Amino acid sequence: MATRIHPLLILMTIVVYIFLIGPLIIIFGASVSDTTFLAFPPQGLTLHWFENIWEISAFRRTIVTSFQVALLGTAMALLIGIPAAYALNRHRIQLPGWLSTLFVLPILIPEIVIGFSLLRSINVGLGVPVFFALLIGHTLLVLPYVIRVISASLASFDFSIEEAAISLGSRPVKTFFTIVLPNVRSGILAAFILAFITSINDVSVSLFLTGPGISTLPIQILAHVEQFFDPTIASVSVLLMMLTIIVMIIVERTLGLTAVTK
Amino acid sequence: MLSTPATLAISLFLIIPVAATISVTFSEPEGLFVPYSAFFDSAFQRTVLWRTFEVAAIATVVSVVFGLLTAYVVSRCPPWMKSVLIVLAVFPLLTGVVVRSFAWLIILGRNGILNNFLQWIGAIERPLSMLYTQTSVIVALIYIFVPLMILVLIGVLENIPDDLLQASSSLGASPTATFFQVVLPLAVPGLIVGAVLVFTASFTSYATPHLLGGSRQMMMGTFLHQRAMTSFDWVSASTVAAIMVVVIVTTVLVMTRLARRLNPMAS
Repeated sequence: MATRIHPLLILMTIVVYIFLIGPLIIIFGASVSDTTFLAFPPQGLTLHWFENIWEISAFRRTIVTSFQVALLGTAMALLIGIPAAYALNRHRIQLPGWLSTLFVLPILIPEIVIGFSLLRSINVGLGVPVFFALLIGHTLLVLPYVIRVISASLASFDFSIEEAAISLGSRPVKTFFTIVLPNVRSGILAAFILAFITSINDVSVSLFLTGPGISTLPIQILAHVEQFFDPTIASVSVLLMMLTIIVMIIVERTLGLTAVTK
Repeated sequence: MLSTPATLAISLFLIIPVAATISVTFSEPEGLFVPYSAFFDSAFQRTVLWRTFEVAAIATVVSVVFGLLTAYVVSRCPPWMKSVLIVLAVFPLLTGVVVRSFAWLIILGRNGILNNFLQWIGAIERPLSMLYTQTSVIVALIYIFVPLMILVLIGVLENIPDDLLQASSSLGASPTATFFQVVLPLAVPGLIVGAVLVFTASFTSYATPHLLGGSRQMMMGTFLHQRAMTSFDWVSASTVAAIMVVVIVTTVLVMTRLARRLNPMAS
């Protein structure tokens, strides 16, 4: 590039990146330390703390719950989000203007307020079981991402292809499944991944929607840190980071990472 | 028709419950604004609100400055290096807030890395207590939001046509002058969008102030949880929730309008 960058700016960028990545490496080091307290650099190496995750039943349970909620919540959000995104792109003129505003509300309203309000109204008020309230919360949490990503994908879809299929005698519903959906599958995959990772990492919505025996992994981490300051949490964190790496590899292989970040 | 399920879900499970939470604060038998005057009469609660503003504002300003400068350098890098730097910013962003806040617990703790290091080089004799201070919360929030700022601003900076920068430098402007007179004004709308994201997320954060601020540095998020689940005072908790909603909605509305007005490409 033509413009030269000041050496001080380059130095600052290096420092910023050390600041970004350093703490994550520290977690990695702390997770294999054989001390009973969190230490870095690790004194001796052990994988004991990774085994310890499986020995603590609360971790086993919450890992399962987190995956269930993330998968089901994301599936539900896709189920109601794809038709909404389609309608927003296909029939924008007929739809009232407030509709797209409505769909960003779950981002606008603070997550912690959504969680607390669902606890009051759905869980306590209507007696809906905790797990379902949690599922509803997570569906709402990821719905705006689903609608936005799929809308972006539909925006570059040429709807005249759909019209051609219909005018050649294909039924509208069949056309949607055989023509429209396959053309936005990369958008659906991107939406799924973004929603899944958002749901797995969520604290604020889940915070109030946990009950006896039902909690999510991030909430369990917070509870564990309050009582024990041992490297177990570091090893759980390493597992979560590995999940992130797996997700990034999938994205890179299928969509290309830079395509998603844009 | 097709948007009905999503519309229903948001109405039933978001609008009605949140409206119910807010309306509770206006239906106290003692009077209309009693929960609010109770909130603002308490010096402690005023401090919590003010601290939340202060922490969120500082975290936002620092994230914006470092995010912009870093994004500027990244966007001028050769393509392969740019991809690496983008991946290195996406990775922390996709790693959960709990994990990233927890890292600072290891760094800033009494037996943490920073204390050990400072003792080793002989700068201090006894470990400092760095956790549960306002600074520890701010540092962790900056850590969490700088990657977001970098990625938002790389997108903004890449949309600035290269011709403009070349025109500026061929007309004799130094790189610094080009940055401040061409790049910065064009980046302002994107900067505002990024700043709003960081401010609202910091203002409503829970995990970070919980882990690094504890009960000593309570912020609106942790205070809402404490009111609801420790004091079981749901009216007071709902008041905190309503104040949060008002602050966030006002910030977003005012700032997006400002961003639109300041967009030099719009007219």
